[in-house]
Amino acid sequence: MRFEGDIPVKRVLISTIAFIALGVVLMTGAFAGNLDSLRGNATLSETNEAGDINQVIENGRFAVNYRQQPPLIPHKIEKYQINLKVNQCMRCHNWQYAAKEGAPKISETHYTDHRTGERMDDVVAARWNCTQCHVPQVDAKPLVENTFSK
Amino acid sequence: MTEQEEKGGFFNRIWALLGRPSKTTSAGMLLFVGLIAGVVFWGSFNWALEVTNTETFCLTCHEMEQNVYREYTGTVHDTNASGVRATCPDCHVPRPWIHKMKRKIQASNEVLHKILGTIDTREKFETHRLTMAKRVWNTMKSTDSRECRNCHNFDAMDISKQNSRARNRHLEAQNKGQTCIDCHKGIAHELPAGAFDAEEELNKAE
Repeated sequence: MRFEGDIPVKRVLISTIAFIALGVVLMTGAFAGNLDSLRGNATLSETNEAGDINQVIENGRFAVNYRQQPPLIPHKIEKYQINLKVNQCMRCHNWQYAAKEGAPKISETHYTDHRTGERMDDVVAARWNCTQCHVPQVDAKPLVENTFSK
Repeated sequence: MTEQEEKGGFFNRIWALLGRPSKTTSAGMLLFVGLIAGVVFWGSFNWALEVTNTETFCLTCHEMEQNVYREYTGTVHDTNASGVRATCPDCHVPRPWIHKMKRKIQASNEVLHKILGTIDTREKFETHRLTMAKRVWNTMKSTDSRECRNCHNFDAMDISKQNSRARNRHLEAQNKGQTCIDCHKGIAHELPAGAFDAEEELNKAE
């Protein structure tokens, strides 16, 4: 006799077995080398080949590839401090310094609060982390093939 | 030896001995012993001076090791293409004798604050960072960046090997008679909050 709310044991059992079976299939697939890790297919005892070391191109600025691309940085920024205390990029690129240092001034959009649309006197917090979008220009080739054209 | 001199404690007797002309020892012997003692004293003085002038010595204090040293690791003065390093004393202890002595005497104040624990946590260090940074910047400015110039020399710079930005700024700086620290702040250690305002203040003061 069945009551409403009873768990149909058979159905639960079947779905559990099916789930485990699926898991086993997927895992064997992964171990068989179908899954490509970031490390490539090198085994544990092997050492991967070192990647190329790219040089920052400091003479001239790369062209922008599409309208809203964040401009690339035409100089090294290694060890530039960007944290709560100080943002060293600001020492040349903020509006107070740009003209004096002969550096491009930060875009006006970076002084506008996203939510309120209010224009601030300093770069807004959401734009503080420069390297989230702007990176130094290097002689690197694309990591994956792509068909993007200007 | 009078009875008066024989009395008194250890130090009184030593003092009495030092004040009395030698009866039995020759002047030559006294000179020779004095010479040897002098060599030993002068040698150990300089040895102590050198021991306290090493990176290893600086890092025996956790205040140095956990703050400024960790910030310094990886900077160009710690690791670079040629492997030539500038460690703590190269920048922070003057080389000319008189200035070195002055700095060493000032360091006794640092010993006091080590005992007081003025900067013994990261938080305390951060609250004092601006004051300490300003102190170092002021010193470097007043000495025309003497310690930098132990290695870096405007006249020895091959500006043709510098990139255009560095070339222009270095020429400009040389013409204006600027000094290294005017621009190169925060190159080995983190900048404190309010560093740019402090810089403006410092440059205005000249």
